[in-house]
Amino acid sequence: MTAASVAGARNRLSFRIPAKYVPILSTLALLISMFTVGAVRYPGFATGQVILNVFIDNSFLLVVAVGMTFVILTGGIDLSVGSMVSLSTLTLAELIKHGWPWPVAILVVLVIGSVLGWSMGAVIHYFEIQPFIVTLAGMFLARGLCYAITVDAISITRPGYVSVAEHAFNLPGGMYVTTAVLVALVAVAVGIYVLHYTRLGRNVYAIGGNAQSALLMGLPVARTRIAVYAISGFCSALGGVLLSFYMLSGSGSLAVGMELDAIAAVVIGGTLLIGGTGYLAGTVLGVLVIGLIQTLINFQGTLSSWWQRIAVGMLLFAFVLLQRLVLVRRKT
Amino acid sequence: MIFVRHRLFWPVMSIVGLMVTDLFVANAFFKIEMRGGHLYGSLIDILSFGAPLMLVALGMTLVIATGGIDLSVGAVAAISGALACLIISHAKDQNSVSVVLVACAAALGLSMLLGLWNGLLVAVIGIQPIVATLILMVAGRGIAQLITSGQIITVNSTPYDRIGGGYLLTLPFSIFIVAGVFIVTIFVARRTALGMLIEAVGGNREASRLAGIRSRGLVMLAYVFSGLCSGIAGLMISSIVAGADGNNAGLWIELDAILAVVIGGTALAGGRFFLAGTIIGAVLIQTLTTTIYSIGIPPETNLLFKALVVTLVCLIQSPAFREKVFGRRRRAGTHEHAVPDKERPVEVTA
Repeated sequence: MTAASVAGARNRLSFRIPAKYVPILSTLALLISMFTVGAVRYPGFATGQVILNVFIDNSFLLVVAVGMTFVILTGGIDLSVGSMVSLSTLTLAELIKHGWPWPVAILVVLVIGSVLGWSMGAVIHYFEIQPFIVTLAGMFLARGLCYAITVDAISITRPGYVSVAEHAFNLPGGMYVTTAVLVALVAVAVGIYVLHYTRLGRNVYAIGGNAQSALLMGLPVARTRIAVYAISGFCSALGGVLLSFYMLSGSGSLAVGMELDAIAAVVIGGTLLIGGTGYLAGTVLGVLVIGLIQTLINFQGTLSSWWQRIAVGMLLFAFVLLQRLVLVRRKT
Repeated sequence: MIFVRHRLFWPVMSIVGLMVTDLFVANAFFKIEMRGGHLYGSLIDILSFGAPLMLVALGMTLVIATGGIDLSVGAVAAISGALACLIISHAKDQNSVSVVLVACAAALGLSMLLGLWNGLLVAVIGIQPIVATLILMVAGRGIAQLITSGQIITVNSTPYDRIGGGYLLTLPFSIFIVAGVFIVTIFVARRTALGMLIEAVGGNREASRLAGIRSRGLVMLAYVFSGLCSGIAGLMISSIVAGADGNNAGLWIELDAILAVVIGGTALAGGRFFLAGTIIGAVLIQTLTTTIYSIGIPPETNLLFKALVVTLVCLIQSPAFREKVFGRRRRAGTHEHAVPDKERPVEVTA
């Protein structure tokens, strides 16, 4: 048998799925099977609203994970996102409390997030310090700023704001989504467009693949690297806005550990931490996995808080293990 | 001034700088007195409270050297303390040395098993280290609470108290444990080929595989060692409070440990590691924490202060920063941009 006919036979066996889509398709398959298990075990699980609730409860995580995907694709990491989300909610609440019109307040918060992200990117690139350390310092800085402003939670009661935050878009079948979900989906769509249809996106993949080659090729490594951290900062701020919609308050103690959730979502979605490969659609799936795990635990209802943590860990493990097995099988 | 360019110069200088600040601003920071037969003072606090961090960072160094990371160290420390306290609290005589020894052995055994679990996930199954250890980080707190049945167990045991809170020859006992582990680790890593093999695996996994190095066992060993160090640190932490708190023991110690390792000179990508540097990094972080308490900075702003000092230390440590701010680098050579140190090309004459 020639190599070509062997390849042809293998192609026929795999229904010509391009190899690069296998990780994300396997993630989707695992997600569907997890949903099926839940549908079989728990009555009332197999409704569309359950999936929409996952989106509603995790819209801010989705936006943050979109920004994190950009950063991880270049081979970096951003640990500051959780603290930036919290800082954004607090700043928003403070500005609104002091009488600022809330659209302006949101804009200010988005700009602050982008500027903070931009400065971290500049420090990482121009001073050649590892992203882990710089963003860790950024995390302490943002959290410190939160506590320096105030240790209390500030609730947001501005009528216009509350009506936007609580507005439910009704869908056929008696289902509904909130504004936050739509914002998150728009963010995902914009992210996919930028990543796959613009030069910035191409450069992101190139730098993640091999930064030195990208530099020698003449790609704008500095601009791109700083841009992804600014994007992550923007997404953290937007996530903060969505979180404030969800909580109708701002506080410095929110989103502790959210960076780990975002990184987990990105990695589960098939993006490698060394960068260069991965899809935003995978990140969306990763967020769905995390949300579905939490939903399964909620439906179970009887687990004590520590068994919940163990269950999350075990489900995460099962998922990652199966993902790994699928990939290994594919290669052999 | 060759020693100025040593990678540890600026961390040490930062420690000195913090101490100088304490001299002027903190009350009686340097006062050491004898109390109850042992030395007492802020400097001693740095040693005794920093001991768990130093241990965890030592374990983390080897893991990072293999190119991985271990986020589960805090959870393992909590589990270790929980198991030890559970065993002691169920014993008839909590003050008996043999009971304490059995409890510690069990706790350390479990910690090493958890390290082995991490190692299996990373080396055998091939899961990315950050996710593999994240699993244990999440589930581990749950396991610790499972062991303590959701309560905070307190013990009343003099031998156990001695681990974290005891004194030997007027100095904290815990620092002797750290010194012992440090000496053994340095010996095994530098006097045997183990250190070099770990550096090879972290430096270039594929090349070391082609050179015949069995990376699987080495990576697992690094994680088991990290588990052991976290276990010992967990015993110290729970011994200081004479109890076990599944939720709060060792919370976020992993971030401080990774910081200590990086300040000490080990790159996060893996490869060459510096154990002494890690200890200095841990001392720096602990000095910073103790300085914050001694100066009396309000608790709301201490995180901000920590962020500023850490940022400053890392900036000053970076050659690129020093060049851009203070003038040209003395090293003659190409301008490093996207090329990390170990990849700088070497001249080969044909």
